[in-house]
Amino acid sequence: MLEEQLVQLLSPEGERVTHAQYPTTLNTDEIIALYRDMVIVRRLCNESTSLQRQGQLALWAPLQGQEAAQIGAGRALQTRDFSFPSYREHGVAWCRGISPAEILRLFRQVSHGGWDPQKYRHSVPTIVIGNQALNAVGYAMGVQRDGADEATMVFFGDGATSQGDVNEAFVWAAAFNAPVVFFVQNNQWAISEPTVRQSRIPLYRRAEGFGFPGIRVDGNDVLAVYEVASAALQLAREGGGPTLIEAYTYRMGAHTTSDDPTRYRFDADVEAWKHRDPIERVKAYLVRTQHITAAALTAINEEADVLAMELREAVLAMDGPDPLSIFDHVYADQHPLIDAGRQEMIDLGLGGVR
Amino acid sequence: MTAMTMAKALNEGLRHALDADPKVLLLGEDIGKLGGVFRITDGLQKDFGEDRVIDAPLGESGIVGTAVGLAMRGYRPVCEIQFDGFVYPAFDQIVSQVAKLRARSSGSFTMGLVIRIPFGGGIGAIEHHSESPEAYFAHTSGLRVVSPSTPDDAYWMIQEAIRHDDPIIFCEPKCRYWEKGEVDVTASTHGLFDAVVRRLGEDVTIVTYGPSVHTALRAAQAAAGEGISLEVIDARSLAPLDFPVMMRSLEKTGRLIVVHEAGHNVSISSEIVAQLTESCFYSLRAPALRVTGFNTPYPPSRVEKEYLPSVDRILDAVDRVMGFES
Repeated sequence: MLEEQLVQLLSPEGERVTHAQYPTTLNTDEIIALYRDMVIVRRLCNESTSLQRQGQLALWAPLQGQEAAQIGAGRALQTRDFSFPSYREHGVAWCRGISPAEILRLFRQVSHGGWDPQKYRHSVPTIVIGNQALNAVGYAMGVQRDGADEATMVFFGDGATSQGDVNEAFVWAAAFNAPVVFFVQNNQWAISEPTVRQSRIPLYRRAEGFGFPGIRVDGNDVLAVYEVASAALQLAREGGGPTLIEAYTYRMGAHTTSDDPTRYRFDADVEAWKHRDPIERVKAYLVRTQHITAAALTAINEEADVLAMELREAVLAMDGPDPLSIFDHVYADQHPLIDAGRQEMIDLGLGGVR
Repeated sequence: MTAMTMAKALNEGLRHALDADPKVLLLGEDIGKLGGVFRITDGLQKDFGEDRVIDAPLGESGIVGTAVGLAMRGYRPVCEIQFDGFVYPAFDQIVSQVAKLRARSSGSFTMGLVIRIPFGGGIGAIEHHSESPEAYFAHTSGLRVVSPSTPDDAYWMIQEAIRHDDPIIFCEPKCRYWEKGEVDVTASTHGLFDAVVRRLGEDVTIVTYGPSVHTALRAAQAAAGEGISLEVIDARSLAPLDFPVMMRSLEKTGRLIVVHEAGHNVSISSEIVAQLTESCFYSLRAPALRVTGFNTPYPPSRVEKEYLPSVDRILDAVDRVMGFES
């Protein structure tokens, strides 16, 4: 049974489950806060899909189904920690304090990044699969040399575990006992390829071969993800070295708005995963235990709607960039090709925001 | 001035950099106790510790990929790639992250890192140990590529490269590692991206770099015996190229030959010839020629002498440009 391998603290039906190693530390208000986060990021995701369909975004990578994995991990991070996303971690970015409009700058294609990674301590998206795993280990080696009480967390997907860079990152993290947490969201699909194409064993068991702990958590259980991620981050901060967390989840939507998942997977699978929905189970728990009122639930939905409308307005107002800005940050120092290119663009009259 | 080999000059330069800035770290395979396969880092781990002179696991993408993260954290990593032909596993990290992270983060991240690559042939090595991959990196926006040709330049250029806030591919001509030269150990600041005229001449401009500078100077000496005066320019920086120095020379001589070990097809010399033809068109008295390695994979070293640019091949090219009648 799948459930036997998973750390789970809240069943798909919203029943609390106890786990010897991972007691729940969250109070009711904190659980409601996680619920609110998940409702908001799903609403913003749906708005982003609509914006793409209306021609306002070049592309969108939906997170639907992965809200618990991202919010649980994102809220486990302390402000002083540093995180490295792939390109679908909009929920983590939300937790880091990055505004929804900043997240969409990349998808609007006014920027390749979108936010100041040093300000939010959350790196810019990495689109080349797996590169960021090595970068995160290097960052963690810097933390280690600074003697800082910080952890580094890096996000990637099941497909990335086949990349050389991710495997080299495991080797490096083990060799140097780097304070890093590898957080793989196993959403079952690397575009059209199922996880069995990437691995014959559950992904979390890969860690054992590299010499550090691997844990599989119910990626649709925000309470479990929060506790498992918090413990791994604390272990890293205390000098305990790396951990691989496999958040077992499901990509309910398409890989991106350019994808058509009906070509490679069955509706029945998607239907089955609907019963494991990360938001519904927290709602069921909160309602049954009377920890939340109907009015409070409505208020959260309304707040999410307002944020979605604000996001829409911000995206529609998002102009630029000035073509001349392409020369701004290629080098730290003067460079003759950059100077010549900028001058040529000015001479051609191509500069300025239209 | 002190006489030392280029290998020793690099070692001293690295030692200076480690001393001057606690954020400087060295990463590479076998660079610790062994001192690197060419002994460039000899003794540095003993003096600066295993946390600063890091024996890396055997993976080039890992060396460069972790250096990227260290640079994001504010360190100044200096990577050693053991041989030119082993840099390709790191190519993805170099092109996708090292070169682009500054722009992607709108200047938030500084990629102040150096990737040292012993490059070029002429040492009788087996396959993958004699390549000249510099054009791949020179082509990539966001990177800078430099190559010293003398012990003196090696000494200050490595220090300057480490201090610089842009990522620098540092191509070391391994066949010159053991040649001695005078090194000014008091000076460590010159223009890292400035070409230098190694020998003044009137008739033909030879532009070259790295291991071929020495060959070009020998050709110039031989040509002088025949009454032909060659001006030899050491480009030093391959990205960016210092065209003003080359233009001043070409406006004087009107004849251009570019020399390097890499094959000429889509190479550093392609760019030099194209740019100088554009900017010095009316000064040219003959078509620009190139003397380079052949456009094949690097050959078995028993025939590398025939593959590499030689004094004779340079002199043949000199005869052709001198004999050209428009």
